[in-house]
Amino acid sequence: MEPTQQPGAGTRLDPWVDSYAARTRGLTASQVRALFAVASRPEVVSLAGGMPFVSALPLDAIADTVARLVRDRGAVALQYGSGQGDVRLREQILEVMAPVGVMAHPDDIVVTAGSQMALDLVVRVFCDPGDVVLVEAPTYVTALGVFSSYQCEVVHVAMDDEGLRPDALREAIATTRAAGRTVKLVYTIPSFHNPGGVCQGPMRRAEVLDVVRSAGLLLLEDDPYGLLGFDGSVPRAIRADESEGVVYLGTFSKTIAAGLRVGWAVAPHGVREKLVLANETATLCPSNLTQLTISEYLATQPWFEQVKVFREVYRERRDALLESLGALMPAGTRWSVPAGGFYSWVTLPDGLDATAMLPRAVAALVAYVPGTGFFADGQGRQSLRLSYCYPEPERIREGVRRLAGVIETELEVATTFGSPTARAERPSASAPYTDLA
Amino acid sequence: MSSASNDRVVVLAGGLSPERDVSIRSGRRVADALRSAGVDTAVLDVDAGLLAALADHRPACVVPLLHGAVGEDGAIRDVLVALGLPVVGSGPAACRRAFDKPIASSLVATAGVVVPESMALPHTTFRELGAGAVLDAVVERLGLPLMVKPTRGGSSLGATVVRTAADLPAAMVAAFAYGDIALVERFVTGTEVAVSVVDDAGGPRALPVVEVVPDGGFYDYGARYTAGATEFFTPARLRGEVLASCAEVAVAVHRTLGLRDWSRSDLIVDAEGTPWFLEVNVAPGMTETSTYPQAVLAAGLDLGALTASLVDRAITRS
Repeated sequence: MEPTQQPGAGTRLDPWVDSYAARTRGLTASQVRALFAVASRPEVVSLAGGMPFVSALPLDAIADTVARLVRDRGAVALQYGSGQGDVRLREQILEVMAPVGVMAHPDDIVVTAGSQMALDLVVRVFCDPGDVVLVEAPTYVTALGVFSSYQCEVVHVAMDDEGLRPDALREAIATTRAAGRTVKLVYTIPSFHNPGGVCQGPMRRAEVLDVVRSAGLLLLEDDPYGLLGFDGSVPRAIRADESEGVVYLGTFSKTIAAGLRVGWAVAPHGVREKLVLANETATLCPSNLTQLTISEYLATQPWFEQVKVFREVYRERRDALLESLGALMPAGTRWSVPAGGFYSWVTLPDGLDATAMLPRAVAALVAYVPGTGFFADGQGRQSLRLSYCYPEPERIREGVRRLAGVIETELEVATTFGSPTARAERPSASAPYTDLA
Repeated sequence: MSSASNDRVVVLAGGLSPERDVSIRSGRRVADALRSAGVDTAVLDVDAGLLAALADHRPACVVPLLHGAVGEDGAIRDVLVALGLPVVGSGPAACRRAFDKPIASSLVATAGVVVPESMALPHTTFRELGAGAVLDAVVERLGLPLMVKPTRGGSSLGATVVRTAADLPAAMVAAFAYGDIALVERFVTGTEVAVSVVDDAGGPRALPVVEVVPDGGFYDYGARYTAGATEFFTPARLRGEVLASCAEVAVAVHRTLGLRDWSRSDLIVDAEGTPWFLEVNVAPGMTETSTYPQAVLAAGLDLGALTASLVDRAITRS
């Protein structure tokens, strides 16, 4: 629709500008997003996106599986299915969750279009505008988008090198309730945290669960990386020790393929019923084609051996990242040491701002995600997330080399002009800044 | 129908610049417009495969819609000229003059165009002389408020309005994130307008003046590229003689810098009706929220037909 304009009348080039919901107010073009358009170029070493290394998959086997599926079961695979998800797949998901200790019934599972959809549905079912969701500091960027879209208020809770701090969580609950606000959910990524790279140990998980139980709150446990620990051990899910008070989110995006968009939620009966209805409202049903592809894959391929292949792929990349960070980063730079998953959280030397530094980084042909993206309250300016899952190890080393040069230059600018972080950091009354390194 | 309608035209869009996303959108829109005008058009990115792709396509003409240094500093046009390809837009030398804001301002000032007083300062100057002393001298000379921006760049990337001296260091840091030299200029208060210019048989002529009123007060990246974030008035809500003056300024800029085919000058009109030149763009944005297409529409023209006519001119003169 071309803009129409009469003499003297203004136009905003969007006839619906006055019709959008209030929740869309923050959806604007941004310089940071513009820079990520450059990051997609092959000349740029992107340590930004968390793209799984799908090339390590047995692609021929998957191609055969899909072809066979359409040829032999096309009438089902290409048709609408159950809003709760394929029954056989739900049974198989129980086997997939066995290593993390989650015991459940297939009826407790709701299959969704990625665990992102499961997260969306849980928030949709639980949160009214203004409700508070307690999250880690920092937290998964797209989870923040979900909370924002449902007009939740996000309160960040401090982490340390073992993840979410129970004392900080207890205090945040008390403070929020004392202010008359309603806490609806506690959202955690306990294993190989995105973006922090840290992992909650068994004692920490028990303490977190105890705090949540005492407060009568529902814990939303997001576990995309639980099987990707590099030493072969698998952290026990919090859901394994609490079925009524935890909704567990799982996904095949990292253990099989992100492009298939299959995830799930394990929820207690009452919650699960609502999630199914919400799922049907959102998508009618998850894709039968991709569900059956995964089901066939689980049945015919050594899927757990493939997980071990992925572990090794990501371990090698993690090592390349850590070695080069150790060798090249300027003094004052700190980083988390992930034992699994995809990410390391880097804290720049005092006085530097990762958002302000990004244009210089992209000009130097390296990309990362600035730390502010993982906070709802403006924290994180001095930090950034590095993702090591996708580039080859040599490219990772090259990317860190470029980043080190950028940081050196930025230090020089900061020395010349003083600390931009001190000027730009907004004070936060909710959660202290978290240094996870 | 022009001869270009039977030959392939290549639009260049993308490149490795912070304005890549804007360029891609501009390129797609112009390519769609050309196709609607009956011109067979392809869109290519600027990468290691470009020269081989151009050799394959052997286009009748190239339309660069690259924003930022990659497309506006003249380098890519030098290469295209060396390949013997007709190119829409300004020549390499003119691009270099236009893209460097201090150089463009000093040149147009000699032609009588009013420009804000400014200083172009490399980062090394602050390091060698001490940032505090230099910034004090800047404020002493230019006063407040100020506009700080990279000397080379667009879409307001790295640009900051500075109203207090305490904010000046952060603004310098933001500008230096995009380049080694920052432009500090006296801020001009007034009506912000964009004046698009197109060459035709009679020479350069200005299209209707577009007034820009961003919600947040500053026409930053978000205001430029988020639909609804800025209100536009075409023609601008200025007296007729002021509109004519804006048009004269934009044409003078186009002629003085030796620009060709199309350009867009960004001006501020002060309370007395004087247009102040800020910068000129040799590859104007053509996105859904850009001002050049709005001016084309207001002039009763079609973007595809206009671009096709520029393609014909480029082919004829090559």
